[in-house]
Amino acid sequence: MALKIVKGSIDRMFDKNLQDLVRGIRNHKEDEAKYISTCIDEIKQELKQDNIAVKANAVCKLTYLQMLGYDVSWAAFNIVEVMSSSKFTYKRIGYLAASQCFHESTDVIMLTTNQIRKDLSSPNQYDTGVALTGLSCFVTPDLARDLANDIMTLMSHTKPYIRKKAVLIMYKVFLKYPESLRPAFPRLKEKLEDPDPGVQSAAVNVICELARRNPKNYLSLAPLFFKLMTSSTNNWVLIKIIKLFGALTPLEPRLCHSTSQMSFLFFLSPWLSPSSLSTSNSTSAMSLLYECVNTVIAVRVFVVVVKYLGLLAMSKILKTHPKSVQSHKDLILQCLDDKDESIRLRALDLLYGMVSKKNLMEIVKKLMLHVDKAEGTTYRDELLTKIIDICSQSNYQYITNFEWYISILVELTRLEGTRHGHLIASQMLDVAIRVKAIREFAVAQMATLLDNAHLLTGNTQRNGICEVLYAAAWICGEFSEHLENPMQTLEAMLRPKVATLPGHIQAVYVQNAAKLFATVLRSQEGNTDRTAAQETSQLMIDRLPLFVQSANLEVQERASCILQLVKYIQKLQQKDVEVAEEVNALFAGELNPVAPKAQKKVPVPEGLDLDAWINEPPSESESEDEKPRTMFTREETKHSRPRHTEVDEKELAKRREVRKQEQASNPFYIKSSPSSQKEAPGVDHIPVVQIDLSVPLKVPGLPMSDQYVKLEEERRQKDRADKKKKEKKKRKEKGGRRGKRDSGPESEEDITPAHMVDIVTEEMPPTAICRSVSLVPPLNSPPCVPSTCQKSSKHKKKKQKKEKEEKDKKKKKKHHHHRHHSDGAGEESVQNGTVEEEEEPLPTISDAPTCSLASPPPFRQVCDIQGNLQDGSQVVVSLIFENKCDSFLKAMEFNVLDSLNSRLQRPDGAGPHDGLTVPFQLPPGVSNEARFVFTVKSIVMPQKLKGTLAFIVKNEDSSTHEKLDFKLHFTCTSYLITTPCYSDAFAKLLESGDLKASSVKLEGVVMPFPHLLARICFHHHFSVVERIDSCASMYSRSIQGHHVCLLVKTADQTVSIDAKCDEPSLLSNVLDEIKLTFSQC
Amino acid sequence: MHFLLLFSRQGRLRLQKWFTPTPEREKKKIIRDMTAMVLARKPKTCNFLHWMDLKVVYKRYASLFFCLAIDDQENELLALEILHRYVELLDKYFGNVCELDIIFNFEKAYFILDEFLIGGEVQETSKQTVARCIEASDMLQEVNVFNVLSTLACC
Repeated sequence: MALKIVKGSIDRMFDKNLQDLVRGIRNHKEDEAKYISTCIDEIKQELKQDNIAVKANAVCKLTYLQMLGYDVSWAAFNIVEVMSSSKFTYKRIGYLAASQCFHESTDVIMLTTNQIRKDLSSPNQYDTGVALTGLSCFVTPDLARDLANDIMTLMSHTKPYIRKKAVLIMYKVFLKYPESLRPAFPRLKEKLEDPDPGVQSAAVNVICELARRNPKNYLSLAPLFFKLMTSSTNNWVLIKIIKLFGALTPLEPRLCHSTSQMSFLFFLSPWLSPSSLSTSNSTSAMSLLYECVNTVIAVRVFVVVVKYLGLLAMSKILKTHPKSVQSHKDLILQCLDDKDESIRLRALDLLYGMVSKKNLMEIVKKLMLHVDKAEGTTYRDELLTKIIDICSQSNYQYITNFEWYISILVELTRLEGTRHGHLIASQMLDVAIRVKAIREFAVAQMATLLDNAHLLTGNTQRNGICEVLYAAAWICGEFSEHLENPMQTLEAMLRPKVATLPGHIQAVYVQNAAKLFATVLRSQEGNTDRTAAQETSQLMIDRLPLFVQSANLEVQERASCILQLVKYIQKLQQKDVEVAEEVNALFAGELNPVAPKAQKKVPVPEGLDLDAWINEPPSESESEDEKPRTMFTREETKHSRPRHTEVDEKELAKRREVRKQEQASNPFYIKSSPSSQKEAPGVDHIPVVQIDLSVPLKVPGLPMSDQYVKLEEERRQKDRADKKKKEKKKRKEKGGRRGKRDSGPESEEDITPAHMVDIVTEEMPPTAICRSVSLVPPLNSPPCVPSTCQKSSKHKKKKQKKEKEEKDKKKKKKHHHHRHHSDGAGEESVQNGTVEEEEEPLPTISDAPTCSLASPPPFRQVCDIQGNLQDGSQVVVSLIFENKCDSFLKAMEFNVLDSLNSRLQRPDGAGPHDGLTVPFQLPPGVSNEARFVFTVKSIVMPQKLKGTLAFIVKNEDSSTHEKLDFKLHFTCTSYLITTPCYSDAFAKLLESGDLKASSVKLEGVVMPFPHLLARICFHHHFSVVERIDSCASMYSRSIQGHHVCLLVKTADQTVSIDAKCDEPSLLSNVLDEIKLTFSQC
Repeated sequence: MHFLLLFSRQGRLRLQKWFTPTPEREKKKIIRDMTAMVLARKPKTCNFLHWMDLKVVYKRYASLFFCLAIDDQENELLALEILHRYVELLDKYFGNVCELDIIFNFEKAYFILDEFLIGGEVQETSKQTVARCIEASDMLQEVNVFNVLSTLACC
């Protein structure tokens, strides 16, 4: 036996071992195949020997040859022999050969089952180990079935080395023999908490792989895995866990959030705590990161999400490690080019936090480039707000050069169609007010803006950018002393185009024109030549009427006030009085920035209860009782109260006084010298406390911008909210100079007689009322406007009287100026029941030198309002448009501002503010008729509707947008329809007692009684029921079926009308209208 | 993981390990494709390839290409990591490993691999543990040989 062994060993020494084989193959490169075939022959010989060592050596060589691609399947049985050796040395080689050469179809595998089982239960862990390793490569379903129990037992082996191998092999077994999973699973789960990290990671590995195939069975393990994930420091394990969660989250949405959060935790961890993952090298951490990202992709499906989330993560890092993100500035700027908008927005967010004093300009410059090429207004708007946010953050902390910032703002105004004009405007105001040093520069820029205002406003009125003009006008006005050429700016502000701007901007224009005027006066009065100053006054007087007739109350009020003031100044100038100082006093006082909490430092005086009512609010019932009465009393006062009285000196002084008080009590208006307070003794009792600011408002001796920054830093230390300040500032702008601003909703009652305009209603066939409307576009050339609108009501009345005495009222257009120019021309004739008004070409006014530039197209509308009998709530308005100018009018759009009671019927689908297109165009001299239907809810009250007619005037060389404002007056009379009535029916009606009575007396009516009746019939749609001498009964009916009965009696130029109707307010309104008719004759 | 291949710059296979049962013909075809594809790659290209529905992660160490095929859902960076770890283990075992070490001790290379990966999953992530296991197994093998020799000597 021993000899045999010895012989075998000695044989073996002379055999080729593996090294010899390899060397031999390398030495026979030319005839490798031949060499190998001889080697295989030798191996076959060796395998025939009994010596296991020789066999093992042969098997080892075969394994090598197998790798080189030679078929060794014929030696399978020999491999099994070597596997079965009791010696680890040979067993190891045998299992290696088996794992390399065997596959499922190898039939000898059947023979190995018992051998493997024996090895698995071997006391030597390495025997077990090699068996397991080999098994992992050639496990078949049969082997799996037969050995599952043994392997399961090994999972609880005392040696972790075996446990971890067993756990991993179980996965292979599960794949081949799924039935084994159920009994093995509890033990597998146990292994998740194995004390040995290797076993633990193997278990995680297996469960992760299993979960990827069938996730829903593993949801219950999620909490356990969360625990592992937070406790484990092994990246390999973490990757598997994250992968596992990636598989679980589609089933359980609640996991989604935490998984991504968890992933980000790891994602961020290298930055946040470099030590936490330091156990492995940096690439390992990288693959963990990659797995996180991978998981997130899987969870969120979209690939861009990674980019997005990456940016999101960066913004988190930014908070703790700004520097590490700042180095990625270029990358982030690149993201701005991404076609995904949300990624761009995210990148913008990051930029916000990345700016520093050094890179602000550079970043903003890049952003400006993006603004230029950005598509889509939403994104552009977002860019714009971000630029402003970035620059203005922390009280302009990062801005070192405010001139630069102002120019950026000015550049931004070139954006078309942005809705953030107000934002730019408020920035301009904020900077100009708070940064004194910048004012001169800002004013120069603003003056340019004002000069080029037409570029900003463009065609579209909705363009939000015109808000910038608000700021521009205000800055130019307030800091007008810095203007190089105030005269030019003044002219720019008084251009007629200004009237197309929104009301609140116009108001600022007007007010600041006055400030500018004051500045201009001062400079001009210094000169010897007085004419310049007078010319300036004249300019104001010429241009302001444009604003006086504005539809906006605020503008109107300011303009008329200032107009009168300037007129007074002009008067003084003509007497060679120096007025500049006094005028300037109007706007004296410098606006200083105030600390945001300054107001809090003003103590509330004793005895002042801010919550108490100053005047008890009137009770509800009272106001209701008064209502009907006021309708009559209004009539009385209407014509007596003059709207414009010349402002006398006293009044002027009074106004100044009021203004000073206003300023003194306005906490935002800090007086430059305390003496000015003394000048206003009335103010003394107002508790104005010297504001003791803890923060110095001025730091002398530093360049302004630095000083500013310093100021802000101190302020930040005090933790003062920037917002508050801005709010206050806004309030200041709004509520600023003139506290008493009554811009309540513009109701009909607000319109004073002076605003009442020429309304002509001519009677026609009894069922219709017709109104003629004369409208002239006011906007084309400024100085002409007054002249073309000159038809004063007085004048018109005269004409109409001449005509036929059929006079009514209504139709309006605001003519403020008609009081001053009463020289228009008008001529009326009645044709076919419609009234026409002819206008003479265009009166030119000698004192308006520019009026000949362009003649506004005289345009005429004749309007006819007719109740619809079929439908008690419908009124048809027929409008005849006549083009009286030489240009072609097209694209007319008719629009009316609906009231609660009456609304224009628009086609289905149109919005409540859409206009109706007039279905025709008007060549010069042509007229056409369009009908519009209105729905009226209540007919007991007269109505006025404001409307606009927009149209395009097309000349040979140009076409311009024009707009006409008009008002439609629906009188109560227009709801009445002449209805014949027999005297017996009439008597029955009167007796029924359902009717309420009312009466009116008309004095001084000189016309004969029949004329009088005819007039009532004609204008107010009544029919005569019966007439006996100087007494007559009349009847009419409204479209909603109200009966109106009149008993008219006359004696000695006095007409008394007793009336009855089932609707008292309708009656009183009709009577008012009758009264008006006669009062106008 | 589906398989691991080591081959030289000349395309000679140095080591193959199949974690999923694959027919011989299939194996040969895959090996041919892999070597052709990977060797055709220029330097400084990325380490990843797509082949059929698998991802192939390869890395060149000196004159040897290490090539690992993984599932579509698996982590490529992790695969690179595994390759690197394997090279580290070889390096530790052989001491500054070179191609010849693997050629002449190819069974050792397999043993090391078997301690590191099993059934296509990472078995042991700790280098020390793997090294210890290999050492212990080798000791056992040497002891066997020693036993044989001592038996021989006894005779």
